[in-house]
Amino acid sequence: MVWPAGVGHMIEFLGDTVVWFTEHWDGQDGYLVRTWNTILLSGLAILTAALIAVPLGALLGHYRRFGVAAVAVVNIGRALPSFGIIALSLPIIIRIASHIPNGVPIFGSGLGFFPAFIALFALALPPIFTNTYTGIREVDPGTVEAARGMGLSEGEILRTVEGPLASPVIIAGLRISAVQVVATSPLAALVAYRGLGRFIVDGFAVRDNVQIFAGALLVAVLAILTEAFFGLLEKRIVPEPLQASGAALGEETVVRPAA
Amino acid sequence: MIAQTNDSFVRWDWIWSHLDLVWEKVVEHLILTGIALGVGLAISLVLSAVILRWRPAYTPITWVTGIAYSIPSLALFAFLVPITGFTILTAEIGLVSYTLLILIRNVVAGIDGVDPAVKEAALGMGYTRRRLFFQIELPLALPVIIAGLRIAGVTTIGLVTVTALIGQGGVGFFILRGLNRFFSTEIVLGTMLSVILAVALDLALLGVERVLTPWSGRRGSAT
Repeated sequence: MVWPAGVGHMIEFLGDTVVWFTEHWDGQDGYLVRTWNTILLSGLAILTAALIAVPLGALLGHYRRFGVAAVAVVNIGRALPSFGIIALSLPIIIRIASHIPNGVPIFGSGLGFFPAFIALFALALPPIFTNTYTGIREVDPGTVEAARGMGLSEGEILRTVEGPLASPVIIAGLRISAVQVVATSPLAALVAYRGLGRFIVDGFAVRDNVQIFAGALLVAVLAILTEAFFGLLEKRIVPEPLQASGAALGEETVVRPAA
Repeated sequence: MIAQTNDSFVRWDWIWSHLDLVWEKVVEHLILTGIALGVGLAISLVLSAVILRWRPAYTPITWVTGIAYSIPSLALFAFLVPITGFTILTAEIGLVSYTLLILIRNVVAGIDGVDPAVKEAALGMGYTRRRLFFQIELPLALPVIIAGLRIAGVTTIGLVTVTALIGQGGVGFFILRGLNRFFSTEIVLGTMLSVILAVALDLALLGVERVLTPWSGRRGSAT
């Protein structure tokens, strides 16, 4: 046990942490670059997943197809250990790369970009897909029928009726997915990605408590900011009457009972 | 580093010759998960009882557990390591804190969902608050509570693998060692075992629900 015996030790530890923050901000391995690398990796994974899962979920939800598949996707997504997925992606990518003549392009941010990206992308898909699917599907059929009766095309119904009505659930899916991706992204350090996780993983290796603590602080702040960002997004995008009645942090409710 | 491209992705012979170690890690995984769920459920029941007695406590309790829930697992373990070190205690504090939000929400929702007429009848029959809670409300809320346990359980099984980084980990041990030795067989083994354990636990809890609440057997879709 390395319990910091007493207040004195704790103040000293916090002091060391403050010093750490003043000394490690710049350079390729400073926390500014690593924070940016983490945002870049997570952002690209979420964006790519959203570009695929939102249209697909919306289309399947609109035509009410493959409901069983949507449930299965959630359950499988929850059972997959994110650590395992990130770890698995490394040998898979290297295996694939060995079949490509010029290899896989490697970004300046480290060998691990592609493996980590693929893994986070896979983790980001299920919540976005299911929430979009469920959200669109749960829109009152009477409302959709009325829109059809007014002569709206299927595409217009999806864009102007079902989309806005389902937007709280869709954004909730994006938020769950984004928070999960940001929470998992530090594990990318294990496949040699130069993100914030490096501080924690390297700190574990050399038992540097200050570095571990500082890294954890940065990761936690980023996760909470992600949560807050999607809260704001919800306020901007969701029509006012539909805005959630105080959606709690980390809420995982997928379906709200229809009024 | 890019060595074994000629080897097969999964070497079954390696797995067959290491079944002892596999078994040991599976048991460790189940123990880590069991403690987390048990302690998590006990704390959640107490906090839910507080909430049910005094409703204003709901917001602060779910707020605090919500924050714990949204801190990334690696960061949460990292916060604890300077205090509790690379121990099972560090792993369990983290794992338990992830179960609380899900469990408290479901316990409270489950008990709130008990038909007021049933409670009225019990009170009319002279049940005390305590007896009402343990003999009427808790059993009737079981399906919703177990639904929460299933989600918390499946999540915990996955999170346990992360604790390999702080020297615990159950089957996560294989994932980490596979990464370090660059041996894909172990990574696949650890990941598959984790998925299998998650599915098995889910089915087991479903079975427990069937046994404990025989009256809800026919309702089926009420999740």
